[in-house]
Amino acid sequence: MQGPRKWDWTAILLMSPSVAIFLGLLVMPILVVLVLSFGERAEAGGYQAAFTFAQYANLPARWAAFRNTLTLAPLGTVLCLLAAYPLAYYLAVKVSSRNRLLLLILVIVPFWTSFLIRTYAWIFILGGKGLPALLDMIGVPDVRFINTPFAVLVGIVYGYLPLMVFPIFVSLERLDKRLLEASDDLGASPARTFWQITLPLSAPGAVTGCMLVFILLMGEYLIPALLGGGKVFFIGNALVDLFLQSRNWPFGSAVAVSLVVIMLVTVTLYLRVTLRNRGMRDQALV
Amino acid sequence: MRIYAVFVYLFLYAPLAVIALFSFSAGRSASDFHGFSLQWYATAAGNRLVIEALLNSLLVAFVSSAIATLFGTAAALMLPRVKPAFRMVFDALTYVAIMVPGIVIGISTLIALATTFNFLNPLIAGDAPGAPPLGFGFGSLICAHSLFAMALVIVIVKARLSGMDRSLVEASMDLYADPWGTFRQVTLPQLMPAVIAGFLLSFTFSLDDYVIASFVAGSRVTLPIYVFASIRRGVTPEINAIGTTVMVFSLAMLVVAQVLLRRQARKPAAA
Repeated sequence: MQGPRKWDWTAILLMSPSVAIFLGLLVMPILVVLVLSFGERAEAGGYQAAFTFAQYANLPARWAAFRNTLTLAPLGTVLCLLAAYPLAYYLAVKVSSRNRLLLLILVIVPFWTSFLIRTYAWIFILGGKGLPALLDMIGVPDVRFINTPFAVLVGIVYGYLPLMVFPIFVSLERLDKRLLEASDDLGASPARTFWQITLPLSAPGAVTGCMLVFILLMGEYLIPALLGGGKVFFIGNALVDLFLQSRNWPFGSAVAVSLVVIMLVTVTLYLRVTLRNRGMRDQALV
Repeated sequence: MRIYAVFVYLFLYAPLAVIALFSFSAGRSASDFHGFSLQWYATAAGNRLVIEALLNSLLVAFVSSAIATLFGTAAALMLPRVKPAFRMVFDALTYVAIMVPGIVIGISTLIALATTFNFLNPLIAGDAPGAPPLGFGFGSLICAHSLFAMALVIVIVKARLSGMDRSLVEASMDLYADPWGTFRQVTLPQLMPAVIAGFLLSFTFSLDDYVIASFVAGSRVTLPIYVFASIRRGVTPEINAIGTTVMVFSLAMLVVAQVLLRRQARKPAAA
């Protein structure tokens, strides 16, 4: 914060509130969580100073939450990708530029309305008097959607589809259309043009979209809480239980630290594997 | 492909339409439609708990977005002037604040504040007997929301600053305007759309947040906390009415923010 010759007091004065907020509300709390995760649980449910790996050794006690998160988060990401790609392709390639902006905004708008209400809507639709009642009328009785992994996946695709469409759309729109014409002129079939030109060139957008959705899904709480009904729960749900109900803070801290570590490791590995090509890395991280 | 697109748009909007439709149902049950009526809006508006939760939410959203906008804008403005090493750390913290799952932010704020309170409260009781002990409530809610919102504002304002025309600032300096005059008359007007957009996005985030609030709210009830608890007890038409109102409100905020950001995107060409 020091200028070449003297202290830059304006900068110090104006930066200090934000620095204080980051230190007091981000750095310090994360350090406290780290410290707690190596501590012990006191009799009353609080924290007892210690240095032990017992909390981490106890992680398998919450194995189901880890298993659900680590299967449903990647699966949900892939489903989002499969649902989003055709739409992004349609918007970027097939739609006239006059309608494009409006249609794109229409995809993004739901993402900015209340997440809680949007997820709640599916309780309504998938619940007993929604779709199952309709199916019953056309002669398919006793179908259950709510509180199943299927309901959670529907909620995931619904909640995060816009976030996936947007980066794919951007990379498809930037794609040089002359490449497609060249491929066509050289006698390639449309399918081959798609596989060899469109798909590889739009991969950076898909990678970015998958990363965004995956990161958010790893910490997801609301969708499993509302649509999984206590049967399909994520690490986030285990954390709420550990902190607010069973009040086992040291163990909860260990779970939280593990969640962040798993997130960082998978995202790093994922970027390593998908972005071996340097040009692509530059584009994807824009 | 067009059919698929239509299907996706239906998928995106049908649930919202269902909620809105049933909020106007006259029936007592949430899932049978019995003719048009505004009674559930009246019920919600007459429910003291709903109104209190709404006011709490608005207060927290307003104060936290004001803090976030003020300090975030100040930081974004000063960042180019600080040492590169410091700037790198600061940028990294900004992205950490955005990337770390809300649930982890909620937990860490809960633990850190609880530890701080445990430490401070005996001191306060010793120094000023009779003073209320520190606890969770508006303060902790505002703190936790300010953190994420401030990171959001910093990113938005920084993006706007980097797209701004430096030559205007230089011209103003050449014409002997003092730094404050330059800031007020040149930088601030150009920056304003980003600042307002940052404020509105922070406001919508705070108004919609359940996860972080559930950890740090103490006994305070915000609107998402109220809605979540009611959903847990069962789906009612009243929730549909509240949900529709919230949806319309956040859409209005979004439209305003978008219009402002769009205007700012067009401006450099005009300047």
